[in-house]
Amino acid sequence: MQKRNFFATRGGIITVGAIIGVLAPVLQKLGNPGNMGICVACFERDIAGAIGFHRAQVVQYIRPEIIGFVLGSLIAAYLFREFRPRVGSTPIIRFFLGVFAMIGALIFLGCPWRALLRLAGGDLNAVLGLAGLAFGIWIGTLFLRKGYNLGRSQPANPVAGWILPLMMVGFLMLMLIFPQIPGEAKSGILFYSISGPGSMHAPLLVSLIAGLAIGFLAQRSRFCTMGALRDLILFRHFHLFSGFVTLLVVAFITNVILKQFHLGFEGQPVAHTLHAWNFAGMALSGLCFSLAGGCPGRQLFLSGEGDGDAAVFVLGMIVGAGFSHNFNLASSPKGLGTYGIAAIVVGTLFSLLVGFMMTRKAAGSN
Amino acid sequence: MAATVDARGLSCPQPVILTLNEINSGRDPQINILVDTETSKENVSRAAVSKGCSIIEVVPESGGYRILIQKAE
Repeated sequence: MQKRNFFATRGGIITVGAIIGVLAPVLQKLGNPGNMGICVACFERDIAGAIGFHRAQVVQYIRPEIIGFVLGSLIAAYLFREFRPRVGSTPIIRFFLGVFAMIGALIFLGCPWRALLRLAGGDLNAVLGLAGLAFGIWIGTLFLRKGYNLGRSQPANPVAGWILPLMMVGFLMLMLIFPQIPGEAKSGILFYSISGPGSMHAPLLVSLIAGLAIGFLAQRSRFCTMGALRDLILFRHFHLFSGFVTLLVVAFITNVILKQFHLGFEGQPVAHTLHAWNFAGMALSGLCFSLAGGCPGRQLFLSGEGDGDAAVFVLGMIVGAGFSHNFNLASSPKGLGTYGIAAIVVGTLFSLLVGFMMTRKAAGSN
Repeated sequence: MAATVDARGLSCPQPVILTLNEINSGRDPQINILVDTETSKENVSRAAVSKGCSIIEVVPESGGYRILIQKAE
């Protein structure tokens, strides 16, 4: 017998969007960086820094929100018997889609979640980012319409589905074994920013609990910021979009209440005003997310459900963050990284190659 | 006679795309869609209903579900 899943209904996903729309600005109020109560890309980049994959000193911190997203989803999946370990849908391509999705996001300075939160905070540069995101997703839908897919996954041994959650537990253990020491840039093997966005974080337990709650609710509701735009463009379906818009509206209201709303282009936190590159960075990310079947949050929630292919995408994003900062691809409030534009070109060519090659003429075949 | 759409193991949004393709261009009045996750089951059901189809049955099968839909009119 199937229990009804309220969160998978229209009312449910709107509720989830509203809850995230409250929690994210609250996380910012409690210490997360400006207009960055949650940012999957930035936070995975901070994790990459904490474990030494890059040495950009201002962005090194293991973000418990990311840990919570995976583990909250895992708990929900097991509780409601939706944990389905599966692997095998061309993971190597998914890995590099993750790499380039991160590169694109770090050029805009945010993932789609942060694009919404930046807009909800009054950062009008996010309009360009969201427009770029929609454009990139639209390109993805052109491939999807023609039968693009990365092949079928197969049911796998449960241990395959446990790996990413176990890695997240491992990161949490590292934070407890090597806790942050005020004023120290390193604690044991972990790097901790002592200035910049990596040094700005809500208390560990608050971040973790918020992440667990969001992970649980997002798994139940199948929340996906990329899917919201994709389904609108591809099918004129509004289901996921209703959660997306609710997040934006509720976050805006919460920001006004918390006095975190400042309208404009200039002087926004962790942002730059290069309109073309805000658009292009998110366009690359949007294309990669749509070719990989989920926004970066969704990939974390899928990982918690046992999806080993989504887990590989997550790893690609973390490695991509390493490339971004080591190769000077990432933007900063001062503007583009030295090789940011080259990275967008390479990433776009890669994504288009994948799109064209993996598109089958006969949509019904495998 | 029912057509069969095998969407098992396919990432979102392929199950919906395959289902909608069959609804739009297939000749059989009934379609069996095979999916392997709850999410796909929900998405396919929602998409079918949005096209005016009715869901005749949803049966757990081989670790996933078989959804039998009847096309509109």
